[in-house]
Amino acid sequence: MNVQDRVTANPWVAEMRAIHEHQDRAAFAALFRHFAPRVKAFLMKSGADGALAEETTQEVMATLWTKAHMFDPTRASVATWIFTIARNRSIDALRRQRRPEPEDLTWGPEAEPDQEDTMVLQQESNRLTRALSELPEKQRVLIERAYFGDLSHSEIAAETGLPLGTIKSRIRLALERLRHAMR
Amino acid sequence: MSKKSVTHHISDELLMAYSAGTLPEAFNLVIATHVSLSDDARARLREFEAVGGAVLEDSETVALSDDALEATLKLISTRAKDPIKTMRQQPGIFPSPLQDYVGGDVESVKWRRIGNGVKQAILPTDKGASVRLLYIPAGQELPDHGHHGTEMTLVLQGAFEDEDGRFERGDIEVADQDMEHTPVAAQGPDCICLAATDAPLKFNSLLPKVAQRFLRI
Repeated sequence: MNVQDRVTANPWVAEMRAIHEHQDRAAFAALFRHFAPRVKAFLMKSGADGALAEETTQEVMATLWTKAHMFDPTRASVATWIFTIARNRSIDALRRQRRPEPEDLTWGPEAEPDQEDTMVLQQESNRLTRALSELPEKQRVLIERAYFGDLSHSEIAAETGLPLGTIKSRIRLALERLRHAMR
Repeated sequence: MSKKSVTHHISDELLMAYSAGTLPEAFNLVIATHVSLSDDARARLREFEAVGGAVLEDSETVALSDDALEATLKLISTRAKDPIKTMRQQPGIFPSPLQDYVGGDVESVKWRRIGNGVKQAILPTDKGASVRLLYIPAGQELPDHGHHGTEMTLVLQGAFEDEDGRFERGDIEVADQDMEHTPVAAQGPDCICLAATDAPLKFNSLLPKVAQRFLRI
């Protein structure tokens, strides 16, 4: 395990590298124990039943292994990267839709990720995660619903009985705080 | 490929919903294409994906079955490494996510004439919303389409103008049911737009435009 990653508190970056470079099963098991139960919770909140969520979680985690060489720690935290894989897999499994993705800016062979860029990005992610957990309860719940409930703002309004304007302004306030933490 | 800067941006609400994966496929295609043309949207999208990661990290958990890790390792042993497949920049007018749906750039579009020199091509997406390419000769009014839902219009070539200003390549206009506007393709190159709506398509080649406007269909 790379000492640098421990010191700079880059959670899971070293495990991703170990999977990529050495097909390290112990590193994979550690990632699995942490993320698989979260991915399964996400899929169930998005509407999958237990069996489909279990199966899809295993698919997501297997993808993490087969795509390990594409993970770029200067662009995303491991949690963010897994979130995007789980989201795309859930659109595919639950709605049978394709997921159009934006054009990539980078091209050519990937260079070795820069240590300092990695550190900056990972610190930003840590601040963001802390800021999310420190949001006022009412704001945090709405952000979670927007990501994990598979509901639009107006559907959240219908379900909670809150006026749409209140929901929008709470989400706006929450986003301001989260963005502040990232900068 | 040089880019002029985009002046009409996608809202946070829609970009967040794109990131969360809660929009219909047709809207996802318009937003993925817009993000490909706008550095601002790309930077904000990166923030929204990071928020998704933080929500996942902060999430409660649901236990997996006892043999889940074993089963996943077995799944992995049957698979090869994924080939590196990214959405690389393509030469041409259409950014790569759109080329993916069209099967090529603008010359691959199977246009259908709908009157007054205007042409359209409906792209295959899942139900819930529809998306089409529109070709509007310079100076021509865009087909009238009363809004019963949300409509997104992204400019890919040329420009159009309406009460909200001038929309050029990369600019996106989002209209909801309260909005009345009459976009006109600007002088210069003919205008090509990508437009998605979650209401049924409001016009077709069989009905004269006046009748469509009158009937609001």
